[in-house]
Amino acid sequence: MRHILSILVENEAGALSRISGLFSARGYNIESLTVAPTEDPTMSRMTIVTSGSDDVVEQITKQLNKLVEVVKVVDLTEGNHIERELMLVKVRAAGKDRDEMKRLADIFRGRILDVTDKSYTIELTGTGSKLDAFLQAIEPGVILETVRTGASGIGRGERILRI
Amino acid sequence: MQLTGAEILIRCLQEEGVDYVFGYPGGAVLNIYDELFKQNKVKHVLVRHEQGALHAADGYSRSSQKVGVALVTSGPGVTNAVTGIATAYMDSIPMVVITGQVPTNAIGQDAFQECDTVGITRPCVKHNFLVKDVRDLAVTVKKAFYLATTGRPGPVLVDIPKDVSQALAEYSYPKTVTLRSYNPVTKGHAGQIKKAVQLLLEAKRPMVYTGGGVVLNDAAESLTRLVRLLGFPCTNTLMGLGGFPATDPQFTGMLGMHGTYESNMAMQNCDVLLAVGARFDDRVIGNPAHFYRADRKIIHIDIDPSSISKRVKVDVPIVGYVRDVLDEMVKIVESSPARPDAAPLKSWWAQIKEWQRKDCLRYDRDSKLIKPQLVVEKLYEITGGDAFITSDVGQHQMWAAQYYKFDKPRRWINSGGLGTMGFGLPAAMGVQLANPHAPVVCVTGEASIQMCIQELSTCKQYHLPIKVVNLNNRYMGMVRQWQEFFYGNRYAESYMDALPDFVKLAEAYGHVGMKIEKPGDVEGALREAFAQKERLVFLDFITDQTENVFPMVPGGKGLTEMILAEEL
Ligand SMILES: Cc1cc2nc3c(=O)[nH]c(=O)nc-3n(C[C@H](O)[C@H](O)[C@H](O)COP(=O)(O)OP(=O)(O)OC[C@H]3O[C@@H](n4cnc5c(N)ncnc54)[C@H](O)[C@@H]3O)c2cc1C
Ligand SMILES: Cc1ncc(C[n+]2csc(CCOP(=O)(O)OP(=O)(O)O)c2C)c(N)n1
Ligand SMILES: [Mg+2]
Repeated sequence: MRHILSILVENEAGALSRISGLFSARGYNIESLTVAPTEDPTMSRMTIVTSGSDDVVEQITKQLNKLVEVVKVVDLTEGNHIERELMLVKVRAAGKDRDEMKRLADIFRGRILDVTDKSYTIELTGTGSKLDAFLQAIEPGVILETVRTGASGIGRGERILRI
Repeated sequence: MQLTGAEILIRCLQEEGVDYVFGYPGGAVLNIYDELFKQNKVKHVLVRHEQGALHAADGYSRSSQKVGVALVTSGPGVTNAVTGIATAYMDSIPMVVITGQVPTNAIGQDAFQECDTVGITRPCVKHNFLVKDVRDLAVTVKKAFYLATTGRPGPVLVDIPKDVSQALAEYSYPKTVTLRSYNPVTKGHAGQIKKAVQLLLEAKRPMVYTGGGVVLNDAAESLTRLVRLLGFPCTNTLMGLGGFPATDPQFTGMLGMHGTYESNMAMQNCDVLLAVGARFDDRVIGNPAHFYRADRKIIHIDIDPSSISKRVKVDVPIVGYVRDVLDEMVKIVESSPARPDAAPLKSWWAQIKEWQRKDCLRYDRDSKLIKPQLVVEKLYEITGGDAFITSDVGQHQMWAAQYYKFDKPRRWINSGGLGTMGFGLPAAMGVQLANPHAPVVCVTGEASIQMCIQELSTCKQYHLPIKVVNLNNRYMGMVRQWQEFFYGNRYAESYMDALPDFVKLAEAYGHVGMKIEKPGDVEGALREAFAQKERLVFLDFITDQTENVFPMVPGGKGLTEMILAEEL
């Protein structure tokens, strides 16, 4: 099953490689990983999307907690949460494709950030599956380039992750 | 007053009460060596290879409850040390490893003797630090000792660039240190402990299985009190030997791949299992699916949540220091009138006695060749069971574990998790320095001893009167045994040809050498060796080449699917 882990970690050189090293050394999956400092610059927040049986994810959580620089770990998928990912996609937009592409971007609430006579660069945010759906909706041949941030997540309502 | 980084480091070590540092100099640590030279509180032991420094610091720690400290230079000094660091890590040994690094402005330039120490050692340390600013040095050293010794212990490395050991800073050593990201749960949950005791009191076929955690936490007394109070059988892992007295009638011997028949049978067939500071290693439970097939309730006490339900799902997890939890359990049992039901416990013991009648550790005592088991038994008798025994890795290690009855913790010192050949002799050096008046024996094999044989020179320099018991079977016996059992007797590269004359070799290093070829000479030779209290004696026992370690649970088999010694 897919799990989203939110991790508060000391903002120190090497913390990221400790975490990614843990995943590769123990053979755990990383679907995506994002990290940036929080409002407190001494601390970073990381979101890792992983998959595995409940036992495996329990071990992942315990192993992460064992790392000295990890402050807190929460499995967001254990409760209500919001998940967002940002994607930039550059598509061919010439001739009759041009209007079609604009329409599609609107339907998915995308924004066109950059335009040339032959291409659009579209910004989309949403869950990973919404971004997948967009890519499936357009013809594969028109995609020139994509870049995705990987998922970020936060608990709904009163669920708060801080120290 | 301003001090240099090197001075600060030495002051920190003094503050921590470090009496020995095991190390080897080089360019990147010259500032530190210069400061070591100028004082005499912290003594330095010069090894002959950095691997030896790490194992010596490790043996020092295992035998003394103190932190082992090692000091090596950058680049090759570090890479040589890695085996020793990984060995300590796998067995959760508290150590602080100081490494020199190239100057900060040279880092990343492929400088002379540069290596990414923090990167190379990251997977085999509890934590590591690169100190980039001399003002951070003292607090980093404090953190290193704190991390090494609290929670689940382990090696912590501090990498110090040469300009940092030279730079000046105000010195003050923090009394305490806290890390917001590191707060191990150390006190077992009261409700869980009560639940566990309840389960134990209701058990009909109980078994207590304990490991390295009991030794590391100095919990042997607490464990012994609880086990005696309950009247339950008790087994130890290879790392847990000495945690419960081996001569106690409630002790059923080691368990696992080369454990006793009775321990493995009881482990499989119990209805309540109390696991204490042990991690259900693959060499302990055999095939997990087979282990699961039996229905039993498991209580697991461990300081590391990730040790719990990792390989075996448990029913009552208790996270905390084992000693405190065991003491709490004793208190609850003592203050309650309830005791385990006598009748089923009696018939469970009858069953165990029946298994014991297999006499699974029997061997041919009338052999014309020296049986390795005989040597260990005689060693046990002659030392009154009170020596410190280190070992290398192989058959000799298993025989030492099976036939030397350890009544006290920290007497049995071996590499269980990594299984590092070459560990025994340098570890014995650390043990001897930590216990200057105690008999220290290194039980080894002719292959293992050659992996760190250079340390005989260190032993000479520091007058370490270690007794080296070489069980010389001219084979990498453990490898040969697997080839005999599982590879159709094809002994690929497991024979040791062109062995040195160990007697002459010992003499060349300035020690006493003895070669023993007849069973009748074993006892006399050992007595003679121990009579030489001031000397290192290397005893080369020419043993039966064909002897195997029994019982044996073959890889992938269930714990009770043991191969036993053929009828004699
Ligand atoms: C050739 C060879 C053969 C082997 N055969 C066997 C065999 O037959 N039987 C066998 O048992 N082993 C055998 N081993 C050793 C095996 O590989 C493991 O090293 C060993 O079984 C692990 O022991 P342990 O479970 O006690 O764990 P350890 O590695 O000693 O781990 C200690 C556990 O205690 C916990 N702990 C530490 N401190 C505390 C504390 N203060 N409070 C609470 N918990 C704490 C730790 O978190 C950890 O989970 C063999 C090794 C070799 C090289
Ligand atoms: C550094 C290292 N290399 C290889 C091994 C694999 N290995 C395990 S036991 C063994 C043979 C040990 O031979 P010896 O020291 O003579 O002991 P014996 O088994 O004969 O008693 C080997 C090669 C190991 N454990 N460690
Ligand atoms: Mg051998």
